[in-house]
Amino acid sequence: MTFLGMPAFPANAAAAVRDSQLRFNLRKATHTIREKRASVVAELPDWARLREAGKQIKDHTLRNLERYLLQMEEAVTAAGGHVHWAADAREANRIVTGLVRETGESDVVKVKSMATQEIGLNEALAEAGITAYETDLAELIVQLGDDWPSHILVPAIHRSRAEIREIFLEKMADWGRPAPEELTDDPRALAEAARRHLRERFLSTKVAISGANFMIAETGTLVVLESEGNGRMCLTLPKTLISVVGIEKLLPTWRDLEVFLQLLPRSSTGERMNPYTSTWTGATEGQEFHLVLLDNGRTRVLADEVGRQALRCIRCSACLNVCPVYERAGGHAYGSVYPGPIGAILTPQLRGMSSPLDASLPYASTLCGACYDVCPVAIDIPEVLVHLRGRAPHPRAERLGMRAAGWVFDRPERLARAERLAGRLRRFVPRRAPGPGPLSAWTETRDLPEIPAESFRDWWTRTDGGTR
Amino acid sequence: MSDRELILARIRAAVTSAPPNEIVRDYRTSAGPLDRAELIELFAERVADYRAVVHVTGEDEVAATIAAALAAQGLTRPLVPGGLPVEWVPEGAVADDPPLSDAELDAVGGVVTGCAVAIAETGTIVLDAGPGQGRRALTLLPDYHLCVVRAGQIVAGVPQGVAVLDPSRPLTWISGPSATSDIELNRVEGVHGPRTLEVVVVR
Ligand code: SF4
Repeated sequence: MTFLGMPAFPANAAAAVRDSQLRFNLRKATHTIREKRASVVAELPDWARLREAGKQIKDHTLRNLERYLLQMEEAVTAAGGHVHWAADAREANRIVTGLVRETGESDVVKVKSMATQEIGLNEALAEAGITAYETDLAELIVQLGDDWPSHILVPAIHRSRAEIREIFLEKMADWGRPAPEELTDDPRALAEAARRHLRERFLSTKVAISGANFMIAETGTLVVLESEGNGRMCLTLPKTLISVVGIEKLLPTWRDLEVFLQLLPRSSTGERMNPYTSTWTGATEGQEFHLVLLDNGRTRVLADEVGRQALRCIRCSACLNVCPVYERAGGHAYGSVYPGPIGAILTPQLRGMSSPLDASLPYASTLCGACYDVCPVAIDIPEVLVHLRGRAPHPRAERLGMRAAGWVFDRPERLARAERLAGRLRRFVPRRAPGPGPLSAWTETRDLPEIPAESFRDWWTRTDGGTR
Repeated sequence: MSDRELILARIRAAVTSAPPNEIVRDYRTSAGPLDRAELIELFAERVADYRAVVHVTGEDEVAATIAAALAAQGLTRPLVPGGLPVEWVPEGAVADDPPLSDAELDAVGGVVTGCAVAIAETGTIVLDAGPGQGRRALTLLPDYHLCVVRAGQIVAGVPQGVAVLDPSRPLTWISGPSATSDIELNRVEGVHGPRTLEVVVVR
């Protein structure tokens, strides 16, 4: 899997919006999860206070990151674990490959982990002759289909049940126990096929690789939240466990979990609590445990006074589910393992903005602010987007358009005049602004909304707010 | 410079301008107005919401409730961890002593355990591998898990649960049976963990 050389966001999004299956799935998924989230969030009278505490704890951790990382290292070591530091993807992959080689094994099972996707660990292991088996159902679908994840929480949301059945029937046999011939596209039957396919794998594989949702500096504890039980299988059964965790996943104290175990499940799956949460400290029940602390661009994000708030992210995916752009474009258009609004601010910061794709990401938003409202750690995504737009080597037309808009929106009388003018001329306005020309880069991917005969301002004045 | 030194130096350089900040914990941390009976009721309701089976019984009916639940599953040789109170140990129980292999655990149909703490607001039970709970694999590989919760172990919310748990022990927080919504967002119970979770609350 590689995102290298992908076209910029507008081209990817244009392709995605023409895929009606994808749009249907995305719409259903995002709307269902967002309603569930809203109802379980409304249940907690202190949600706003938990959100504020979550934000403060993360900011405090980032401010004192060196101290807490050292404390984490000491606590894990004291509990019999081994700590490794990786400044970039290549070093992290080198460390993990080496650790797996030392065990003499050539197979590893994996729990869904965005950090290992970010560094391309599976590909690095494959080059060393080591096969990594994804065990999360959605990740299994993605892996068997030789595909990319498209959502943080439900990575295979772009696949229909019929497609999943096809993938299982065709590909499972290449990876282990084949799917039963009489397999139907009933979700129950598909989940059962995955259970059987993976059970033997869990029982026989000696090395597991995971990420973590949180690590606790005070105690050296790692925390993984999941639903299916594949996480518990990987964390519990293999003899060697290697966890690759971004340095920003740290929390100072055990007590801090009381905030995040309320914020994350409700924001993520819209449940009061996810089915399984595992916590462990160091080498547990006779296991060999390695923790790989990953930087890979995070310290660069940390250095940006506005952008650093992106490191508070707990990967709940709530911002994806409310985003009008994500809902139409889907996760693949963002060209990174981090899709949606968080991806639009995290990817360009982690990777830099040298590719056309990464430079276009800060524009993959209407700045409507819905992402900020739902974010459980109050990341002001629109603020960071605007900040990054200022730094991006953006196309000339985009700058011109923004400046013209600024000129009109700055002064109410200009806006009123512009609206009236547009209303009078609307018969002559095509669906697309004319191109080519300096504006075409901006207008090519945008349909113009229909212009009403009367502006809202004029309607309001004429009818006195609709009362006449 | 090692990667460790490099990362730490980068962090030092990055945060010099960051303002210090305070953490205010004004969210709910105390038990609230619920009495014992109300806590039991809330816990039972929230567990049932996850499509787990819940029974609330008196001390003298626990054994019969466990026996009936196991019989309904057709489980004649359920697994029990060491340290399970004798009155909860069902007839025909198999002990994890000497420890069963993973393959043997996989072949066991069901397991009966206690727990370390239970959280009413979220319908969660937490196991800490202590007496009556066993190592983590015991409640993972069998397809059926029956967990007995004493009313006194039920706390109101997540903060009260976190406060009594010991992070140096391996913890498993369980909220309903294993589940997935990965296929067109249809919820399916039971992927890799036990497909059936049954909870017996002792008043
Ligand atoms: S940015 Fe906020 S809402 Fe989006 S995934 Fe991260 S924590 Fe969740």
